[in-house]
Amino acid sequence: MDTTQGTPAMMDDTLTLPRTADGAPRIDCRNIKVFYGEAQAIHDVSMSFPDRAVTALIGPSGCGKSTFLRCLNRMNDTIENCRVEGEILMDGENINDEDVDPVLLRSRVGMVFQKPNPFPKSIYDNIAYGPRIHGLANGREDLDAIVEKSLRRAGLWEEVKDRLTAPGTSLSGGQQQRLCIARAIAVQPEVILMDEPCSALDPIATARIEELIDDLRSRYCIVIVTHSMQQAARVSQRTAFFHLGNLIELGDTNQIFTNPREKRTEDYITGRFG
Amino acid sequence: MGWLLIALIAVFGSAAFFMGRMRAERLLVSTTSRMHSRPNYHGYYVAMWATVPVVLVAMAYAIFAEDLTRSQLTRELPSSFARLSPVELQSYLESVRMAAGTAASAGADRVFQAITNRYLELRGLVNTGTLVLLGLLAAGGIFLAQRRLQPNFRARAFVENGMQLVLFLCAGVAVATTAGIVLSLLYESLLFFQKVSAWDFLTGTRWNAQTEAEFGALPLFFGTFMIALIAMLVAAPIGLFSAIFLSEYASPRARAWIKPILEILAGIPTVVYGFFALLVVAPAIRTAAVWFNETAIRFGLASEPILAAQPTSALAAGLVMGIMVIPFVSSLSDDVINAVPQTLRDAAYALGATKSETVKQVVVPAALPGIIAALLLAVSRAIGETMIVVMAAGKSARISMDPTSDLTTITVQIVSLMTGETGFDDPKTLSAFALGLVLFIVTLAFNVVALRVVKKYREKYD
Repeated sequence: MDTTQGTPAMMDDTLTLPRTADGAPRIDCRNIKVFYGEAQAIHDVSMSFPDRAVTALIGPSGCGKSTFLRCLNRMNDTIENCRVEGEILMDGENINDEDVDPVLLRSRVGMVFQKPNPFPKSIYDNIAYGPRIHGLANGREDLDAIVEKSLRRAGLWEEVKDRLTAPGTSLSGGQQQRLCIARAIAVQPEVILMDEPCSALDPIATARIEELIDDLRSRYCIVIVTHSMQQAARVSQRTAFFHLGNLIELGDTNQIFTNPREKRTEDYITGRFG
Repeated sequence: MGWLLIALIAVFGSAAFFMGRMRAERLLVSTTSRMHSRPNYHGYYVAMWATVPVVLVAMAYAIFAEDLTRSQLTRELPSSFARLSPVELQSYLESVRMAAGTAASAGADRVFQAITNRYLELRGLVNTGTLVLLGLLAAGGIFLAQRRLQPNFRARAFVENGMQLVLFLCAGVAVATTAGIVLSLLYESLLFFQKVSAWDFLTGTRWNAQTEAEFGALPLFFGTFMIALIAMLVAAPIGLFSAIFLSEYASPRARAWIKPILEILAGIPTVVYGFFALLVVAPAIRTAAVWFNETAIRFGLASEPILAAQPTSALAAGLVMGIMVIPFVSSLSDDVINAVPQTLRDAAYALGATKSETVKQVVVPAALPGIIAALLLAVSRAIGETMIVVMAAGKSARISMDPTSDLTTITVQIVSLMTGETGFDDPKTLSAFALGLVLFIVTLAFNVVALRVVKKYREKYD
């Protein structure tokens, strides 16, 4: 795991990313505004998320980074009196359009939450839940294969393969979070959103998740909200700094942390506020 | 004497409080060191000494005063009374008590008059003695407590402990009452089981307590079970689905309206449900059953009526009872569904689950233990319900699967056994206690299981 230590290795990593080669961004947000009732939580944010790369959203508490993240799979729909304006383009289609079904969207954009939230079901059923409701598996063997593949990708297979029928809640916190990641992977999404996925975990479990995020980068477009600047520096290739609902600065992680253009970004990452 | 006593205790108590506090305030001024407790606590301390012993003695008075008077009176009775049996003597003394001080004693014979007068004298003596004793206790309490007040006296600790004791005693009243009820149920049931074998009682199929002294309670258990089952068939789906609607689908405004209205159902007196069942539901069911029978015969499906179609029926009582317990199911289920963490719903939505998929596969399974507990509580409520079945279920002790026939339940029989003119040693009356005991054990079991399930569920999410 070369990205956890100093910056030079990370810089190399950033340079060799296929991100630029891939060209078009996976998600393109234009003039996003979010309101909770009368209060505006996000002010006119435009940014894009490259494929096969990790983008970190950082900023002080209440700056709107989680709210913004939840726009990307329309989870804000589930919040009473929350209103989203602006365009979010995926494959040239605006996901905020009336005729886009959030159910289909969410099968393409998976999400991992702050607190591990496995269903009170067995480990197997936790993973199988998504494929079942979307009809992704043809028969039991196919489903078994999806469960195994998802658990392997989440680095959990070796630990749980002998107790797939045990309740998901019986795992440790870090294992539960990897279970939730596996559950998200199982519906074969293109994008994975992570809302402070390590904030409830100890440092060792955190390191495992970060390793996992690094592995997953090769297949998915990943957006991660984090409070830990070290974590953003370790796992992401691009970083966006939010403050008071505004996108202050967006750039390569390396540049943001070594040479921020904005005074406020510098103040935040050096710990002068936030 | 009761109101006077309470007023006196209140006056003494508040006087003692102010005396204690004043003394403590004087101490506060005169002393150089810090007082251990605030003056108010010294006041409470003195007030406790002024009132608590008085209350205890007054309670003893309420319990023993009559006995004390009677035992003295008995000792003074003319020797001719010696031939009376204890029971006769007690009933004579009771008539003395009733007549004392009223016009009834004036018209009676001389001996009776003399005895009532003596009774009044003795009773007055006991009252006066008690009052003097109470006064002495209060004054002595204040005096002794006042003398103990010192700057470093730990009045606060004493008052805190005293409060704890008072609270404990209040909780104790509930426990003692429960224990008392259970013990008396057990005792009377044992008397019954000496006359009728427990095996015959529990497994006999002929119940005819009023006339034949046949005590086979199985038809009653069956009727109770049948009606509770019908009630739950109504209440479980309606209650559960309305809970799901309220907690998952309803807007906050709709919820604010519907939930209180549902809870009004729980506030309707059961008598009202009873005549609703008797006057509206039972005749409608009878009409429908009669029509069903006639139709079946007309089309040659049957040669004689299939359904009993009686004017009171298990179905009528069960349906109305089901309506009655809906709020129990819906309110409790609503609580447990709301207790399912929002993060679980988010997880399901984020996987692309629809609302109904989320409810069906995530929310309800997660809340299931609590929902089961709610259903069990509703069942125990349905089993113990009395008024509706008394009015609408009928009185025939029979085992019949036909819901339009009339059935009887444990509670109905207890009511009819206890409302007649009967002696307390009659097996007829005693059988009511045995039925009560069975009812108690069954509902207790349901409640215990329900509470354990709820507890286990709570441990999981907190």
